[in-house]
Amino acid sequence: MSQPIVPQKTYLLVFLCLIGLTMLTTGVAFIDLGPFNTVAALAIAFSKMALVILFFMGVRHSSGLVRIIVIAGFFWLALLMAFTLTDYHTRTWTPVPQAWSTGAPPTHP
Amino acid sequence: MTDAELHAEKGMAHQFEDLDQQHEADALGIWVFLITEIMFFGGLFAAYAIYRWLYFAAFDGGSHVLDIRLGAANTIVLLGSSLTMALSVRSAQTGNRRATVMFLIATMILGGIFLGVKAYEYDQKFVEHVVPSLDWGPEGETLARLAPGGVQHAEIYFIFYFAMTGLHAIHMIIGMGLLLWLVLKARKDSFTPHYFAPVEVVGLYWHFVDIVWIFLFPLLYLIGGRY
Repeated sequence: MSQPIVPQKTYLLVFLCLIGLTMLTTGVAFIDLGPFNTVAALAIAFSKMALVILFFMGVRHSSGLVRIIVIAGFFWLALLMAFTLTDYHTRTWTPVPQAWSTGAPPTHP
Repeated sequence: MTDAELHAEKGMAHQFEDLDQQHEADALGIWVFLITEIMFFGGLFAAYAIYRWLYFAAFDGGSHVLDIRLGAANTIVLLGSSLTMALSVRSAQTGNRRATVMFLIATMILGGIFLGVKAYEYDQKFVEHVVPSLDWGPEGETLARLAPGGVQHAEIYFIFYFAMTGLHAIHMIIGMGLLLWLVLKARKDSFTPHYFAPVEVVGLYWHFVDIVWIFLFPLLYLIGGRY
């Protein structure tokens, strides 16, 4: 079989790591790190996700085809996030021409 | 033994060459489905990111109305259910029927606790009158927390809170139904070390729902500092 039987101990260790990271992320919310609070929360969430995907979901032992599907999914999610946020962030940078028929001069920021 | 008998005994569908190929197809199929789910939730997360960026103070205020202890406790309960789910798949893999059923039931119990706590939290939102459009009108201490970011903008935060946790809860309820189906199937001795694809596929779905919560917890409960 392509799938090895993972020892119970591995699952328990991963679970304990996940609990530790949950306590860490909760604890960090009580420490003032400025903008890095959000960075820390997301970094911990991504680590937890990686543990679940690699160990609980067994992608560690998956074939290359399944891995490529997983990576492609997250790549597309990253595109969705990046382009949406870029759009909203830069919308006010370019002046929008408006009401030219009134003869009002174009506005520049 | 003929090919057909071999297939029937091992629980292998006739279109596959061998069990490895069938397993590969099962894993690929569920992963493609999960990718569509990632994009489904991804749209919500992207909208959340935009509004959090636009009205950060309101999201900060809204987050402080939630009970961080209940959120953290529920996270641990859900991670526990992922552990029992993984152990259930392992038991099916080793052909231990009793353990498979036991771990499936444990997963259902933990999922039930999660949904119970969630229901209590939703009820608290009605008590505090922070349910958008149905019961919106925060007062007293709640209002004082929401006021700095703008009460109207805080309503947007709670729309995201209910949409995201609600969609997650619907996925949990579907998962509970699937687990019940697995328990009934496993009790009838339908799984063998050669054939346990349903347990594995539902397991992958359950872990995915867990991952969604792993992100919802910090993004909804832990905005802004509590220092």
